[in-house]
Amino acid sequence: MRTRKLLLSLSGVAALVALWSLGVALHRTTILPGPFKVLAGVVDLARRGLLVRHVVASLFRVTWGYVLAVVVGIPVGLCLGWWRRAHRAVDPFLQILRPISPLAWIPISILWFGVGDRAAVFIIFLGAVLPIIVSATNAVAAVPSVHLRAARNFGLSSREVLVRVIFPSVLPQLIVGMRLALGVAWLVVVAAEMIAVSSGLGFLIVDARNAGNRYDLVVAGMVLIGVIGLCLDAGMRRLERA
Amino acid sequence: MVAAAAPTAAPVKIGLRGVQMRYGAVEVLRDVSLDVREGELVCLLGPSGCGKSTLLNIVGGFLEPSGGEVRIDGEPVRGPDPRRIFVFQERGVFPWLTVEGNIAFGLSKLAAAERAQIVAHYVELVGLEGFERAFPDELSGGMKQRVEVARALAVKPDVLYLDEPFGALDSITRLQMRSELLRILQAEKKTILFVTHDIDESVQLADRVVVMSTRPATVRRIVEIDLAHPRDLSSRRYLELRDSILEEIGLAHKI
Repeated sequence: MRTRKLLLSLSGVAALVALWSLGVALHRTTILPGPFKVLAGVVDLARRGLLVRHVVASLFRVTWGYVLAVVVGIPVGLCLGWWRRAHRAVDPFLQILRPISPLAWIPISILWFGVGDRAAVFIIFLGAVLPIIVSATNAVAAVPSVHLRAARNFGLSSREVLVRVIFPSVLPQLIVGMRLALGVAWLVVVAAEMIAVSSGLGFLIVDARNAGNRYDLVVAGMVLIGVIGLCLDAGMRRLERA
Repeated sequence: MVAAAAPTAAPVKIGLRGVQMRYGAVEVLRDVSLDVREGELVCLLGPSGCGKSTLLNIVGGFLEPSGGEVRIDGEPVRGPDPRRIFVFQERGVFPWLTVEGNIAFGLSKLAAAERAQIVAHYVELVGLEGFERAFPDELSGGMKQRVEVARALAVKPDVLYLDEPFGALDSITRLQMRSELLRILQAEKKTILFVTHDIDESVQLADRVVVMSTRPATVRRIVEIDLAHPRDLSSRRYLELRDSILEEIGLAHKI
C-alpha cells in the first residue's frame, strides 16, 4: 500500500519532468533549460563546492531564525492563551502585524542589523514567530476546562498542571503551528537572501542571472529550494505523528 | 445484600446548610440543606438546568456559594480535594494518556511498583483488561466512562461526585453502566452524590433521592428507596417509588 502510494507520487513527478523536457524541446528555447541541463547545473555546483556552501548558508539562517521564533513564540503564545486579558490587549497588535509580509521588513532590518546574516535571521524570525504565537495561543485557549478541573481535583500544583496537563494538551496543535512556521521560514529565507547577503540559495538565484544569465543555475536553485522544503515538511510531519 | 443500606446510624459525611447561589439577578439555588451520611448513595434529581450541577460544583469545591455553607467531616469545604473526586462525563479522560496512564494520573507520588499494582487492580475492577495500553480514542463511550471511574477510585477517595456520568451514553450502555457502578461500589464503599435528570436512574441506584424543583432549585422532597440490591425493576415497590417521584415532579405516568 505504502509503496503503491509512493510509486504514484513518483510517477506524477516523472510525468511533470517529461512534460517540462518536451516543452523545452518543442519551443527550441535557448534561455530556459530542460531538466537535464538543470541536473548538469546541480552537478556543476556540487563540483565547485558551491552546492553545499549555499545550502548550508540557507539552512544556517533558517535554523537560527526558526529556533529564535520557537523559543520566543511558544512561551509568549502560551501566556497569551492563559491570560485572556493579556491576549485582549496584545491581539490587535498581532493582527496588524500579521498581514505585513516579512519581506516588507527588509529595509528596516538592514537599518538595524546591517547587510548580513543577522538581517536575514531577523526577517525569518519575524515570519516564523507569528504563526507560532497564534497557534500556541489558540491551543491553550482550547484546553478543555474539565481537564483543568480534574487536575485541580487530583491536587496538582500549578507547575504540575502546566507540565502534565496543559503541555500535552496543546502539543498536537503546537506542532501543526511549528510546521506552518517552518514553511514560512524557508519561504522567507530565499527572499531575504536575494537582498541582504552574498550566499545561500536565494543569492545563488539572483547571482546566476546577474552573472551571465545562467538560467540552468537559476532553475537548479529553485529545484533545490523545493526539494529541501519538502524534506523539512516531511520531517515535521513525522514529528507530528510521533 | 440486605435492605437498601440506609445507614441511618452512620455519621453525617456531607452537610449542606442553607446553601444559596445567585449570578447577579438570577437566583440558581435557594436555601438548600441536606445531610448525606457516610456510605450513602444520594441522587440529586431535577429537570435540566435546575441548578443541581451548580450545587454539586459547590459541594465539590469548584464554586463558592453566595450563602450558606458545606461541611465535610465537619470541616468547611475550601476547594477541590483529592479525597473527594469529581467524575465527569467521559470527555474528562486525558486523550494523550493510555488507559493505564489515566488511571495512574492521581498516583504520581507513589513508587512505580505500588502504582502499577493499584492500576492493575482498578483495570480489573472496571473490566478493562487487555486495554491497558489503549488510548481513549480507541475506546467506546462506556469504556471511557470506566476509565474515569477507575481514575477516581485509584486515589482512594472517601467521596465521589458524579455529574450525570452516563448522560452521553446510549440507553443500553447506560443500563449496563448502572449495574456495573453498583457492582464496583460493593467492592469499595464510598459516599456518593450523584446528579441526574433520569428518574429511573435515581430509583435504580440511590439510597435516597433528593427531588429538586426548577430554578431557583430547592429541595422539594427526599424519597427513601427502601429496596435491596439487585433491584427488580418491575416490582410493585419499585414502580410505586418511581411513580411517587413522577408525581412529585408533576408528570403524568402516561404518554
